[in-house]
Amino acid sequence: MTANTNVPGSGDLSPLVRSDFLYRRRRMMDRAMTLAMVGAAIAAVIPLFLILFYLVKEGVPGLSLEFFTADPNRPGREGGGVHNAIVGSGIMVGLALLMGVPVAIGAGIFLSEYGQNRAGSVVRFIIEVMAGIPSITIGLFVYGLVVLRQGHFSGFAGALALAIILVPIIARITEEMLLLVPRSLREASYALGAPRWKTVLRVVLPTAMPGIVTGVMLGLSRIAGEAAPLLFTALGNQFYTTDISTPMDSLPRRIYYYATGPYDYWHEQAWAMSLVLVAIILVISLVVRTLFGSRVTVRQ
Amino acid sequence: MAVSTLGQPKRAKSLVNRFKPGDWVFTTLAGAAAAIVALVIVGLFWQLFAQSREAIGHAGIGFVTSTTWDPSHETFGVLAFVAGTVITSVFALVFATIIAVLVALFLVEIAPQRVARPVSYLVELLAAIPSVVYGLWGIFVMGVFIRDHFGPVVTSTLGWIPVFDGTPLITGLFSACIILTIMILPTVMAVSRDVIAAVPSSQREGILALGATRWEAIRIAVLPYARSGVMGAAILGLARAVGETLAVTLVIGNSVKLPENIFSPAYTMASVIANQFPEATGLHRSALLEVALLLLVITFFINVVARLLVWRVTKGQRAMVQE
Repeated sequence: MTANTNVPGSGDLSPLVRSDFLYRRRRMMDRAMTLAMVGAAIAAVIPLFLILFYLVKEGVPGLSLEFFTADPNRPGREGGGVHNAIVGSGIMVGLALLMGVPVAIGAGIFLSEYGQNRAGSVVRFIIEVMAGIPSITIGLFVYGLVVLRQGHFSGFAGALALAIILVPIIARITEEMLLLVPRSLREASYALGAPRWKTVLRVVLPTAMPGIVTGVMLGLSRIAGEAAPLLFTALGNQFYTTDISTPMDSLPRRIYYYATGPYDYWHEQAWAMSLVLVAIILVISLVVRTLFGSRVTVRQ
Repeated sequence: MAVSTLGQPKRAKSLVNRFKPGDWVFTTLAGAAAAIVALVIVGLFWQLFAQSREAIGHAGIGFVTSTTWDPSHETFGVLAFVAGTVITSVFALVFATIIAVLVALFLVEIAPQRVARPVSYLVELLAAIPSVVYGLWGIFVMGVFIRDHFGPVVTSTLGWIPVFDGTPLITGLFSACIILTIMILPTVMAVSRDVIAAVPSSQREGILALGATRWEAIRIAVLPYARSGVMGAAILGLARAVGETLAVTLVIGNSVKLPENIFSPAYTMASVIANQFPEATGLHRSALLEVALLLLVITFFINVVARLLVWRVTKGQRAMVQE
């Protein structure tokens, strides 16, 4: 039984047990499952490397100065860039943050400071469920709410859809971060005679601010990659525009458009846009990770 | 909730409770923000319902029992899309859960910290990649591989089973299944890892002291304890898979027919909306909104079940910041 000597601790076992068929089978099972677990872990990280590898391989050739500074040519004519999509994404994400962040932080404050009751539980539950609702239905909601009423697609509608997706993400993190603020800090503020609102605004919020900023960054990286809610709200635009009352282009939406298109140079630009988008998101994720450790992660 | 008293010092409250205009304004503002969130959910349901009323009246119950979707003849039956959604999501659910639980066990039970942390981070990074990028990769890398290498192997070995007897293409049901499996893996893994880590070590130690191997400890002590949490994790993944739109739209092949085999082109509920809504008008548009309503109701229900399961296991510890 040479194999037995490899097992840690097997020397302590009686010869009777060592030769036991049942014991050998149990040990085999243990080894097989350990192998399966290690194998699964390896298999699980392979797709990430494959995706990143192809993003770099296919995306880098498409990167050029023109890619960042020129607007798309008319279909079929090679060259051109995605300047309008980059600007459009920037405007809509920025506007979504402007609309979504105050509401999200307000909801977060409500949950942590006034939400330890039934109303708080209900709102908390709604927010958690809302985070799992398909983004395309949110796009259709805003379509009915804004686009149909105004009679045209617009960058504003796109930003509103993104803001709705943003709120549950940031609200949840804000609540977590506010609850982490030590009670003694609040008590010190109360002891100095500060009313509750002043305590929250001047003591609790500033203390939790790094965490909330993290939440905002996570939300930002999530909505920067969203295309589904923009399809029926911001639509897309061949031309450069900064007017939020007109249809507006965005990076994810243009990736989608180019990926389904017939031209090779469209595919190349789609890869290049994906590379840029993923690079931005991964950088945000890394920064958040180094600042805050494993408790918070970027999710699409 | 263990943390629930943190925010409200009991003694300070009596001092604070005196009426102060500033406090009133502040509480109202925070409450209004929370109310907006609740209103959005109600508005979401109402809006989709109001806009799909025309189609609900037109097709009635036939909407969910018919497989014929023919906008030019104003026939709308979504069963084929429901089938597409169910097949892809259940496939993804099963495979992602098996792999995710094994990975989670590896991270919690086997790997030392310096291995577990980076592996866990790498798997979670999968969740950070946008849906369209998955779609792009799914078409040009994975789809090509399935058509040229994986598909032929499957049809030649398993082709005698009707379900596998098809022509592998770049896009199709199978591509959508695989891409969804990859996409929901990080969600299921992260939540499973948290619930498995929440199993008290006394559980493991007890059975190890009785002479169990590590796998026996996992099977007898850890998994039963974490079971409903892992189920919650899987269902959260299911909700993601059901609602996933663009990646699936890009790789599923887009066909309104009921799929015949695993390689057939098909549609899911979300992808038919994404693909047809821009060109749709009138009743067709209303019917697509009814699909969206159905999708919303299904994902809402799945999410509620998942949250309740996960909450029960972590008992309000809020082990997860997200998902």
